[in-house]
Amino acid sequence: MTQAAHLWHYWLIIVLGMLGLWVVIAKRHYVKKLLGLSIFQVSVIMFYVSMGKVEGGTAPVYLPGEDGGVDLTAAYSNPLPHVLMLTAIVVGVATTALGLALVVRIREAYGTSEEDEIAAADRAEEDELHRQELAEEAL
Amino acid sequence: MIETNSIALVFFAFLLVIGVAVTVQRNLFAASMLTGIFSLVSAALFTLMDAVDVAFTEAAVGAGFSTVLFLATLALTKDTEKPGVKRPFAATFVVLLTGGALIYGTLDMPAWGTSEAPIHAHTASYFVTHSITDIGLPNIVTSVLASYRGYDTFGELLVVFTAGTGVTLLMQRKGLFRPGALAIPPKSRAPYVREMPVVRAVAKTMLPFILLFALYVQAHGDFGPGGGFQAGVIFATGFVLYGLIWGPAKLQPIIGGRPVQGLMASGVLLYGGVGVFCLLMGYPFLDYSALTPDHPVHGQHYGIFLVELGVGITVSAVMLIIYFVFSVRPRVGRGAGELGP
Amino acid sequence: MTLSDHLPVLLVLTPLLGAPIVSLFRSISRPLATLLAAATAAIAWGLVQQTADGSELNYHLGGWAPPIGIEYEISMAAAWTVAVVSTLAFFSILAGCHNAAREVTEGREHLYYAAFLLCLAGLLGMATTGDAFNVFVFLEISSLSTYTLVAMGKGRRSFTAAFNYLILGTIGGTFILLGIGLAFQATGSLNIDDIAARIQDLRGSRTVLVAFGFLATGLSIKLAVFPLHQWLPGAYAESPTAVGAFLAGTATKVIYFQLIRVCVMLFGASYVFEELHFGTLLRWLSVFGMFVGSLAAVYQTSLKRLLAFSSIGQVGYLTLALSLGSELGVRAGLLHLAAHGITKCALFLVTGAIVATTGSDRLSRLAGFGKRRPLIAFAFVVGGIGLIGVPGTAGFVSKWALLRAAFESGHTIIAVLSLASSMIAVVYVWRVVEVMYLKPSVETDSADGSRPWALMVPASILLAVSIGAGLYSAPATAYASRAASTLWNRVPVAAGLPEPRPVHHDDAHDAAAEHGAHESAAPEGQAGPEEGSTP
Repeated sequence: MTQAAHLWHYWLIIVLGMLGLWVVIAKRHYVKKLLGLSIFQVSVIMFYVSMGKVEGGTAPVYLPGEDGGVDLTAAYSNPLPHVLMLTAIVVGVATTALGLALVVRIREAYGTSEEDEIAAADRAEEDELHRQELAEEAL
Repeated sequence: MIETNSIALVFFAFLLVIGVAVTVQRNLFAASMLTGIFSLVSAALFTLMDAVDVAFTEAAVGAGFSTVLFLATLALTKDTEKPGVKRPFAATFVVLLTGGALIYGTLDMPAWGTSEAPIHAHTASYFVTHSITDIGLPNIVTSVLASYRGYDTFGELLVVFTAGTGVTLLMQRKGLFRPGALAIPPKSRAPYVREMPVVRAVAKTMLPFILLFALYVQAHGDFGPGGGFQAGVIFATGFVLYGLIWGPAKLQPIIGGRPVQGLMASGVLLYGGVGVFCLLMGYPFLDYSALTPDHPVHGQHYGIFLVELGVGITVSAVMLIIYFVFSVRPRVGRGAGELGP
Repeated sequence: MTLSDHLPVLLVLTPLLGAPIVSLFRSISRPLATLLAAATAAIAWGLVQQTADGSELNYHLGGWAPPIGIEYEISMAAAWTVAVVSTLAFFSILAGCHNAAREVTEGREHLYYAAFLLCLAGLLGMATTGDAFNVFVFLEISSLSTYTLVAMGKGRRSFTAAFNYLILGTIGGTFILLGIGLAFQATGSLNIDDIAARIQDLRGSRTVLVAFGFLATGLSIKLAVFPLHQWLPGAYAESPTAVGAFLAGTATKVIYFQLIRVCVMLFGASYVFEELHFGTLLRWLSVFGMFVGSLAAVYQTSLKRLLAFSSIGQVGYLTLALSLGSELGVRAGLLHLAAHGITKCALFLVTGAIVATTGSDRLSRLAGFGKRRPLIAFAFVVGGIGLIGVPGTAGFVSKWALLRAAFESGHTIIAVLSLASSMIAVVYVWRVVEVMYLKPSVETDSADGSRPWALMVPASILLAVSIGAGLYSAPATAYASRAASTLWNRVPVAAGLPEPRPVHHDDAHDAAAEHGAHESAAPEGQAGPEEGSTP
């Protein structure tokens, strides 16, 4: 349990991420879903970054050493998670942009961006088509 | 260290409050702004955790560009969220399961910040020790990003290109990029702040500095936080600011036509071209030593400079195009509201 | 290095760099894209040739050896997968000329083809890379382009289908990212082989267990494993014909290969199947998926949706093969990946031809279609019997392999159940046949002006391949056996950190202070291609 006391950073981040995931699953408005997705993704980025933190360390940019070179003895935080997360941020914004473009098109085509209303519109369309087919068959 | 932790705790508290506020807020304009603030506070937290490059990018992209996109969308759709949630219990169950699994997974992780964690011991130790002699750049993140894992970054650039292609395919109306094609009746869009002289004067003064800053960030990525990606976003932001104030139609002469679409592709081709050049010289793809075979470290410098330039070009072009196609699209649905873009 | 040493990277680069080039040349974008897809397929078959002796191709990107850099690692199974994927991509693009201009708003074909090539490049990059995070990057390239392509479909439903896919796909992708992160945390490495070797000592770790859980769940979402399949019917049925055919043939197949790699290579079969008993869970999910997908297919009123639900059932066969946790199971999985990919791609193309002649894919419009268009109807029947797995088709070869694997692992009940679900396939194929041949023609066709032959030519070739492979299956089964055996018996080796490159004597940044002893007098020694590729 002594170990667990040092993990609260991760747990708080997980709580934040789950908040975002809940919004994605439970909310019906498409823009809100994308907002939740953003929060979820930022939390995952936070999770990675916090894995890279070295206590007492500094940002992974070399400090000047004594003899004109660089200081290799200083504690640097892990640069690798940072590199990976730069990519993840880009993926996140790319997804958001594409998702919003789809929201605009959906809003134009359906007149709403609420999931249940769109599903109802699709169902009504399908039922109408089916009714027509049955009528044709009866002829 | 205690101070760092307590500052982090304050940030976490902020984030939790903002997160809950986003969840309950049904005014989507407010929820978008709150999400932007969420990103900004996260960026502060990243700085606290030594991830300066990530913080820079998150602030520029998450807090800046994403928020602008959300607002541009809401300006088109004028929506507020209807009350109620779907399948609240199922959603809560999934979330508890996922979160519980993650917390369970952290139990065997080393304590936060331990320098003995396996994640620091293996590959990372190589980068920290040897990137200065292999590559010769002070910013280790840039070395890893552009050289050791340069192929990932190439992929990342293609993700950006894909988004640009996709958004254009979805949003572009025929002839949008042709000069004079923008026939937006001035009243059909939300009022712009162009009537406000102070905002106009400040923006006009800042514009050159924003662009200059972008160039600085582009060039300075080797030595400190920054690089092609951040520079590209900032460069685009300058034009976005212009569009926000004078209206996107004014951007048309700059963005209109094919040049910007061409730039979008050419950044990728510059990055890929460097790689292919290496390949033609008989080296592996993206092995920058090929650029100056008798002095590999110089080759790394040239290579990183060129690929970062490619990243900057494509990112700024894509961001500009995405903003442009969103902002010139006619508004959908009924009634004009007062929501600014 | 000669050109053939670069084949692993050229495979991905051709479509990847092809995409921006295609986006620049709008007038010739279609022939250019077709040409690039053909070149990609040719390279993929070249890789099959190079790996046919069981060897593995390694390519160090940027000249940095793993675990420092990213490597391409092409095993026989990877070569097999990319050959199938790139060939089907070529035929789908070829078929796209029937009416791309109609389905995608005019003047934007160049971007459409760019997205197509990006999707292909993403899938190929995922299958060939040996780096866990690189898998995520290429997964996202293919995903983002797929969302776009799906939204290019005809009706407004394509937008909602794309959006639902985007939400679920992003959750899946983020789960995969979390899984990679936890494995990275536990081992300190991103190279799949290196992680695999290091993870063997960490079997009791809860972090490793959860890493596996997230990777498996994320991939299952992307693979549409029951009950995470909700995105699939819309994505396949609402997208343009060529895109639907391409996705149905390839997207889930590459993800399936990733799942094989995660289970067999990354975490090790003994951990996944013997310690975690993941096979048992996956087996029952597969059986449910087979029945739910096939039964739902029976009740569909439109052809594309019928085929899409049948795909959910077929994913069940794929995961069932993996869940057996044996070399024979992997072999069956690889065979079914190819057999189903070819058959389903062909069937979607034939459906496109049906839509092109009748103007709709509603089953009710097909009454008497067998008399009006005997050739197209016949092609659908041929594809249908391939889907069922009738002897003489590729589908039979792979299902036979699956049955054999199930019996050898002692899962008789499972084998019987999978046979029973094949019987349901008979029902849904028969429903189409009944309408096409036995119902009287009620109306005339309202052709939409596109060219059905442009779809029928590639579809017929694929169907011929399916029949050919069914009649003469020896080369394919022999290759799959060998591929499965190299994959299954692979022993991961932990990668040590490479020696740093020698320091140049007049480096500006004077690291020489620390590394004085390294001053190198032989600069050519450090010049790049070093251990580049092995064969």
